[in-house]
Amino acid sequence: MASQFMYDAAMTSDFHNSFPLRTARTHEVCGPGALFFAFALGGQVGGTVLWVCESRRDAQINPVGFAPYLDPQNLLISKAREQKDVLAVAEESLRSKAVSFVVMELSAPIDLTTGRRLQLAAEAGGATGLCMLPEGMGSNAAETRWRCAPVPDAKDSTLQRWALIKNKSGTLGVWDVRWNAETRRVIVVSKAAQ
Amino acid sequence: MQKRVVSLWFPRLPSDRVLRARPIDAPFALTQRQSNTERIYCLNTQAEKMGLHRGMGFSDARAYCRDLQSRPADLNADQRFLQTLARWSKRYCPWVGLEGSNGLALNIAGSAHLFGGETVMVDDMRHRLAQAGITARLGVADTRGAAWALAHYGKGPSTVDNTDAQVAALPVDALRLTEKTGVALQRVGIRRIADLMALPRATVTRRFGREVLLRLDQALGAQPEEISPLSEAPHYGVRITLPEPIGLSADVMAGTERLLQQLCAKLETHEMGARILQLTLRRVDQANQQVELRLARPLRDVARILPLFQRGVDQIDAGFGIDQLRLEVTQAEPLPAKQISHTTPAPHKGLDDLITRIGNRIGLENVQRFLPADSHIPERSFSIAPAAYSEPSGTWASPRPRPLRLFSPESIAASGPQPPARFLWRRMSLNTARATGPERIAPEWWLPDDNWRSGVRDYWKVETKQGRRLWLFYTPQNPCWFVQGEFA
Repeated sequence: MASQFMYDAAMTSDFHNSFPLRTARTHEVCGPGALFFAFALGGQVGGTVLWVCESRRDAQINPVGFAPYLDPQNLLISKAREQKDVLAVAEESLRSKAVSFVVMELSAPIDLTTGRRLQLAAEAGGATGLCMLPEGMGSNAAETRWRCAPVPDAKDSTLQRWALIKNKSGTLGVWDVRWNAETRRVIVVSKAAQ
Repeated sequence: MQKRVVSLWFPRLPSDRVLRARPIDAPFALTQRQSNTERIYCLNTQAEKMGLHRGMGFSDARAYCRDLQSRPADLNADQRFLQTLARWSKRYCPWVGLEGSNGLALNIAGSAHLFGGETVMVDDMRHRLAQAGITARLGVADTRGAAWALAHYGKGPSTVDNTDAQVAALPVDALRLTEKTGVALQRVGIRRIADLMALPRATVTRRFGREVLLRLDQALGAQPEEISPLSEAPHYGVRITLPEPIGLSADVMAGTERLLQQLCAKLETHEMGARILQLTLRRVDQANQQVELRLARPLRDVARILPLFQRGVDQIDAGFGIDQLRLEVTQAEPLPAKQISHTTPAPHKGLDDLITRIGNRIGLENVQRFLPADSHIPERSFSIAPAAYSEPSGTWASPRPRPLRLFSPESIAASGPQPPARFLWRRMSLNTARATGPERIAPEWWLPDDNWRSGVRDYWKVETKQGRRLWLFYTPQNPCWFVQGEFA
């Protein structure tokens, strides 16, 4: 029993080494659970969140839906015409020190220069950046990259599998997490089988 | 200095204003409600020819004239129109004052020669007003009183040199007396101003008060009477002309800073804040370059506005150099001084400036925030407002879980009111593991919405064995299944 507890503690601290993502860096997330990842992180980071996306997208984030994770009052959304503007707006806001968390919804791959520019902007402004990308389109400049997917579960309907698939300053890992509505935090259920 | 006054009288200002917007070739009258009766307030010439007059009951007027058209009077709009005319008449002279509710007084001394003399100028006024469809009567005299008298009661040519003789021939009502005094004068047989002038002054004052002689003296020029010009709306624009052309971005910014200091001082005295600023840079080859700055909040703080100009100034093509800078506030908003207390939340200065900078790149209306809306329809349960023109407000609470992302409904092949066990969505074959529902949402019939033509919807939260958690709905009145959103 004691060993089980120690194992749990080690696993959780392992997760918490990486999960509230390192500030002053940009990170990447892909997979169908990326939206939940972004909102859960935004709620934990606090401060003002800027959501940058392209205006021609049909799908719309729903404030009533994400209100349990992140208060919509703290969210600003800016709709740019094309990906170039999305990146420019994100860079400007990362550098500005006025927002603490910037989410970019990207649809085309970004190159190393772009990724590095975002990284430098985040370092200058001390904000966290998060690119939501389709799988396999990230840049090597990202601090970490996550793949998130919902997992079916008989009891829980918030269970997700989060895989850390790139990490510049630590180890990789896969965790099954769920949302705890009382503490408004993501908690680790178990370390998934590798 | 010798004064020369033009008095403009618009006897049919309210009806002319309405008929200008919508010309009617028929008897027309404006009505006003006075002590529970509709009465005629103003009417056109055709209606006057039919025997109607002001103050007549509207139902009587309709009995006299069956094809009478009417509109309710709008006194505020009339006053605004008079202000417009006052602004227009500044083309003749800078000294324009209002004369009652339907007239203007212009002091044209010193400006008549610019139009080729007084007669030409007055003819020009008459011609332009007639072209605009405004009935006007003009009087020109050395005093305001005499000009008014000639405009209202003068016959024949209104421009005269021998004003006193002309005025003396007019009835006493032309002296702008109160009705009671006018009637009292008529009653003792004084009908013309000449009759009044012939009387000993002391007896007139004793009998009719000081008003009669004051008005007489004002008309004849023995008593001065001023025209008070209208105050002009403050203009927020400054410029600087340089002896040598400049071309460096830092120099332009330094010039802009100087202009901003002047401009912000002026804004501060009027308790206003700039919302849209325009910087015009004139190059030596006379080509103008413009930088527009739209601010997320009204501002008058030099240190905050100046860095926001940097991006626009950097994009300027200076050519052979810039020799004039002009800075103008094209939209200003009231920005009163506020008391700061310990409960006042700290203003998000950095955030406002960020919104301004983003807004200047992608359009200020594209930086938005969500506001709660009172509706059960999922896509109408929130509204989107530009962040620059709204404040975060409201509370977000939903009794039932809602998807993180909403999209326009995507049809899936399924039948029956129960959620399908297997379905195909976005080329993925999905198996239902658990379905929660139904939650029935009825369309809001008071708002027309094409998407809700298919009637009520039964919403289901469907968790699939593949992991995806989708929001499906079934339309029982028009059997069909759709996917509209995705949960965490």
